[in-house]
Amino acid sequence: MPDDKAVRDALEKKGAFGTDIDIDRYEDGTSTPDQIDDLQSSDYQRYMENVGVVADEINRSGTLMFIDNGMSHCHTSVQEGLDMMSTKDALKKYDWLKDYFWKSMDPTKDKYTAKSYLDDADGYFIRVKAGYHVKNPVQTCMLINKDKSIQYLHNIIIVEDGASLEMITGCATAHHANDSLHVGVSEIYVGDNANLTFSMIHSWGKQTGVRPRTACTVGKNSNYTNNYVILNPVGTLQSFPVANLGENSSATYNTMCISHEGSDIDTGGMVNLNGRGSRAEIMSRSISMGGKLCARGRLVGNAPEVKAHLECRSIILKDGGSTLAVPELEAHVADVEMTHEAAVGKIARDQIEYLMSRGLDEDQAISMIVRGFLSGSINGLPPALQKELDEAIEQANLGD
Amino acid sequence: MTDMLKIIDLHAEAGEREILKGVNLTVKEGETAVLFGPNGSGKSTLMSTIMGYSTCKVTQGQILFKGEDITDLTVDQRAKKGIGMMMQRPPNIFGVKLGDLIKTASPIGEEVLKEADRFKMGNFLDREVNVGFSGGEIKRSELLQLTAQKPEFILLDEPESGVDLENIDLIGNKVHDLLYDGISCRGSVQRHVSSLVITHTGQILDYIGADCAYVMKNGRICCSGRPTDLLKEIKENGYGECGSCQTIKL
Repeated sequence: MPDDKAVRDALEKKGAFGTDIDIDRYEDGTSTPDQIDDLQSSDYQRYMENVGVVADEINRSGTLMFIDNGMSHCHTSVQEGLDMMSTKDALKKYDWLKDYFWKSMDPTKDKYTAKSYLDDADGYFIRVKAGYHVKNPVQTCMLINKDKSIQYLHNIIIVEDGASLEMITGCATAHHANDSLHVGVSEIYVGDNANLTFSMIHSWGKQTGVRPRTACTVGKNSNYTNNYVILNPVGTLQSFPVANLGENSSATYNTMCISHEGSDIDTGGMVNLNGRGSRAEIMSRSISMGGKLCARGRLVGNAPEVKAHLECRSIILKDGGSTLAVPELEAHVADVEMTHEAAVGKIARDQIEYLMSRGLDEDQAISMIVRGFLSGSINGLPPALQKELDEAIEQANLGD
Repeated sequence: MTDMLKIIDLHAEAGEREILKGVNLTVKEGETAVLFGPNGSGKSTLMSTIMGYSTCKVTQGQILFKGEDITDLTVDQRAKKGIGMMMQRPPNIFGVKLGDLIKTASPIGEEVLKEADRFKMGNFLDREVNVGFSGGEIKRSELLQLTAQKPEFILLDEPESGVDLENIDLIGNKVHDLLYDGISCRGSVQRHVSSLVITHTGQILDYIGADCAYVMKNGRICCSGRPTDLLKEIKENGYGECGSCQTIKL
């Protein structure tokens, strides 16, 4: 385990990207929230459903909910091979879990990871045992319910050899908890010949600070897909998940985001292609509607025969905002094939007028193009999530 | 017959260069007019100007549609009044599926989509509009969209260009269907849809029963005549004498 002093020192360490947040400004959120048996009758249902978490739990293999810093609901359908509980409970139950604890993520990375480490953050533990394929997605919901509070979490996901899992995780703030901070550390382990699709939808308040910290270790011949969607206003959000790939494995990052007036979003991801023949694709589609946007992508080729592509596309729909695309390719061996594309600009006038020539008015045409532009970022989205996503795009008033 | 489209002394710029230099042209109700002219003479610019594309800026003159001045209307306002255009090189619309566009843009879109196979477009409805389409696929996509749109006046910019011989018959017949609004009999003279058609090869003339033809040169209409006569003359002698011979007139 890391030296505690080093971690305490890291409480002063700013994040590598994004504006610095004074974490002392926030109180700790409660670690003993109300326990909810029936999500459908809970006051939180609408917040969940806004972020793709279905309250009736139909077609879900399991649901786990955190309110502030404590677990409030954990339910699994009869699904052999699936283990779900809080991280603290899992640490008590499985001695071997310490081998995964703070192994993908360095707690001294920055003040946010250090805070989670030192405060012994709880979170969700989800494990699929070797050889099992979880049929329906597992869903988790992380809700901040207390204003001026910090939610810090430490999640661990393990998909063992030959197993597969789809996860939908929705994070949100209650309306009255707008001025709050979310710090979610997620350590993800995907074994050999395994698959994980991890889709995250965020819906925060206009002042909320968000600093997820995600690191994923992928074994041989495995696939890891990370979908990230944020369409509603947020205060400041910065996320830069990192994946480390083994031989013949692949990682796909799809990001879809809208930065509204007053929002500052800095997102993207990094993939270290460490195994021979590993592959990665980072796709990002973002729109500034008056907010600040930064789309990052970093691919590092460390082994022969790796193939990777990075695509950052942004459009500005309203003046007053800004977009910055930062695509980076780094190679340490000769035999790699790595490419990138980046484009920043407005929607081409000829595309708008083409749709107008079919009878759509200008707002309808822009809305249709923007919806298509955003949808183009997500390949292989779980079908269960598509409907929620379409509704979220619909509600984002893109043509206004 | 009443005037469907009347263009009076139209001057227009594209890229700050004057392309149309005083075009006068009338297309009557139910009439199909053909527009010939060398490359760069302004034919496509004229069509884009009629449709209202912002790449073309009118500096002088008027466009009347069914007697109403539409010179300052937006593209969609013109489309809603009944003008439709088959573009030669339409833009790629990334992320927008062809089927979704047709369903959204037209009240009869759902019905028309059921006929997509007859346009050989059944497998393209889930494809992004125009992205990766071949020349023939673009034409068939444009015709499927226009069929859903049901315009009263159609601008056809080189409907046969880039189409292989196997598909030319399909394209020609679908253009015919559009112009005759469902009347399948080739002998019929009952036509309510009007059109202006640009062609270089004249192949489309076998399908559309054109009534008259114009030659455009240097941004002006310089000659008019019977479509077959003009085409024959152009094939034999090119456009060199057009505008000066004064021998071919309707």
